[in-house]
Amino acid sequence: MKLKALLLTSALALAAGPALAGKAFVTNERGNTITVIDTETWEVTDEFFAGNRPRGITASPDGTKIYVCASDDNLVRVFDSATYEELPSLPSGPDPELFIIEPSGKRLYIANEDDNLVTVTDTESRTVLAEVPVGVEPEGMGMSPDAKWVVNTSETTNMAHFISTEDYTIKHNILVDQRPRYAQYTADGTRLFVTSEIGGTVSVMDIAEDGTPTLIEKISFEVPNIQPEWLQPVGAKVTSDGKRLFVALGPSNRVAVVDAQSLEVLDYILVGQRVWQLDFTPDEKYLLTTNGNSNDITVIDVAKEEAVRSIQVGEQPWGVVTIE
Amino acid sequence: MLNRFATLFAAALLCAATLIFTAGSAAAIDVRAAVLRVDYQVQRPISRFDEAPEDLGFAGAALADQDNNSTGSFMGHTYETVKKSAAPDTADAALDEILAEGIRLIVVHAREEDVLRLADRAAEDGALVFNAHAGDMPMRNEECRANLLHTATSYAQQADAIAQFAIWKKWPRWVLISGSNPADIALADAYRRAATKFGAEIVEERVFEDTGGARRTDSGHAQVQRQLPTFMQGLPEHDVVITADETDYFAAYLTYHMWDPRPVMGSSGLRPVQMHGGHESYGATQLQTRFEELAGRYIKDADYNVWIALRAVGEAVTRAQTAEPDGVKEYLLSDQFELAGFKGQEVTFRDWNGQMRQQVMLYDGRITVSVSPQEGFLHQNAVQDTLGLDRPESACTAFSN
Repeated sequence: MKLKALLLTSALALAAGPALAGKAFVTNERGNTITVIDTETWEVTDEFFAGNRPRGITASPDGTKIYVCASDDNLVRVFDSATYEELPSLPSGPDPELFIIEPSGKRLYIANEDDNLVTVTDTESRTVLAEVPVGVEPEGMGMSPDAKWVVNTSETTNMAHFISTEDYTIKHNILVDQRPRYAQYTADGTRLFVTSEIGGTVSVMDIAEDGTPTLIEKISFEVPNIQPEWLQPVGAKVTSDGKRLFVALGPSNRVAVVDAQSLEVLDYILVGQRVWQLDFTPDEKYLLTTNGNSNDITVIDVAKEEAVRSIQVGEQPWGVVTIE
Repeated sequence: MLNRFATLFAAALLCAATLIFTAGSAAAIDVRAAVLRVDYQVQRPISRFDEAPEDLGFAGAALADQDNNSTGSFMGHTYETVKKSAAPDTADAALDEILAEGIRLIVVHAREEDVLRLADRAAEDGALVFNAHAGDMPMRNEECRANLLHTATSYAQQADAIAQFAIWKKWPRWVLISGSNPADIALADAYRRAATKFGAEIVEERVFEDTGGARRTDSGHAQVQRQLPTFMQGLPEHDVVITADETDYFAAYLTYHMWDPRPVMGSSGLRPVQMHGGHESYGATQLQTRFEELAGRYIKDADYNVWIALRAVGEAVTRAQTAEPDGVKEYLLSDQFELAGFKGQEVTFRDWNGQMRQQVMLYDGRITVSVSPQEGFLHQNAVQDTLGLDRPESACTAFSN
């Protein structure tokens, strides 16, 4: 019923004229849906079926398609970002969890959590180009800005694997702390951040011109009156000017604000419960957080570094992507 | 279901066979470990869901080898675990065979007296032993051994996990029903201690004598349905019934056969476990699917205890670059060691008695009802130290900490 009502609203909105505002798409892991949010008005405009256990979500570089890791369907579902019509799926290998799309939009690199593989899928021919064996429980996927490297983190092996996108082989392995969840390069490609959920740290690596990583420091977190065990870094995003790193701290319900150059933790922003993944709006004015236990997302004003609102979404929100 | 597992397993093998790694690595280390399981002549469990599978514990070792070898493939390390089962009177010979093979990292699944004897024999050859089964307190306290670490939770950790939940629920008035065998009595002791520690009151205790009664006979349920309510008659006001039945002969029957309807916790009803096949939080779904593909069944505590012992070894080899028993022990007891155990927080070892610090799942037979330590129980060092024997109480001197 609710879904129908929402669809009706959206139809009316479309009839009134093309919406120019940006959108955020949130996967609801338990609800099996995607919630669509207008990033001007912050209203929920739609909710549609996204496949079974939707987790990782991303958009094609032109913003016309939304890709979703439908973990229990063992494939990547594809949706039109304007009409939400489902397009032909992509093969992903078993249990896709997170993925990253290269800037050209051609290749998708998918972490297969149950199968110790990274699957490389061609989004045009919808075929699997390669399967790269990695450590146990691959999860985080990062890509260097020049698209030459894909970094996969394996949660039980506790490594960041650096995969060359030329020949799909691993060239470097760096041990990090327990349960690495996410890998994020700076926009200039000189630094890489890897979050470790159980280790409670963010490993910082300097990246040489030829892509070689050197572990330089581990950032740890501390909040008064919060047990250190609950400060569990998961999602992370860095501003394109390379100045600020935001780290979602899971069950502590906080997002850490880190000076991405000095690596000093500056502040903790209180958000919803079990904060998981993050995404900026394309203009980087806002940062959205998925809060899996409170079934909402928090909108953070990036310049002010404070939470400005929360928006109820579906059941157990996991990932978020924004488009213009 | 089994077919599906078989197919997936075949696929996994195929996949493993084609692994090719190009990355550079540190010195090559070939790690050999063993699991020695002592099988006792015991009556069958009350429920056939609790029958011990033939590969009990061994399947956990197989998964650990698989996990460790995956990491090892990037490091130049290999892992192989020998699996042996023995009767109590052949366990020593089995251990000698293991030691004769040069293996010095040994996981033992046995009762306390056997673990201690085997650990002492292993110590003569400088081997490190992990206890993956016995919950008894003496082996962690005055009878502790320098070469013996425990991945199995102690009775105290189990009882404290239940006690914290009861206190959090504001159920402080307990009736304690224990069995009459030594293990039941030891477990009941842990519940008494837990009540004192967390401010609960045991308003009455009763012992349900093990007379070798009606278990598993066709009329078993009919018998207990008549016996138990009268046995539970005339108790003072209480909030919850705690059962201490390590032998597994009466507690499972008690839940719905009481005089006063109350929640039951301990050996039946809400039980403290290390891991169960229904647990999905903290990324455990992946542990479950990996285990089920390999074993074709759900994970049990023994599998988890063996798995995490060998994973801890793997972590020590990966980070400290050693498979020598002393080097492994030193690393595991150090501040550097931490391991993700699919329980939401890292597991570590207590450096005063070698006990693994871990969360305890409270399991109702289908789902994780809660996880202890409970919110609000604080500790100056690690919240997991609110469960079990803490440093100031420890009479263990073998660890010089």
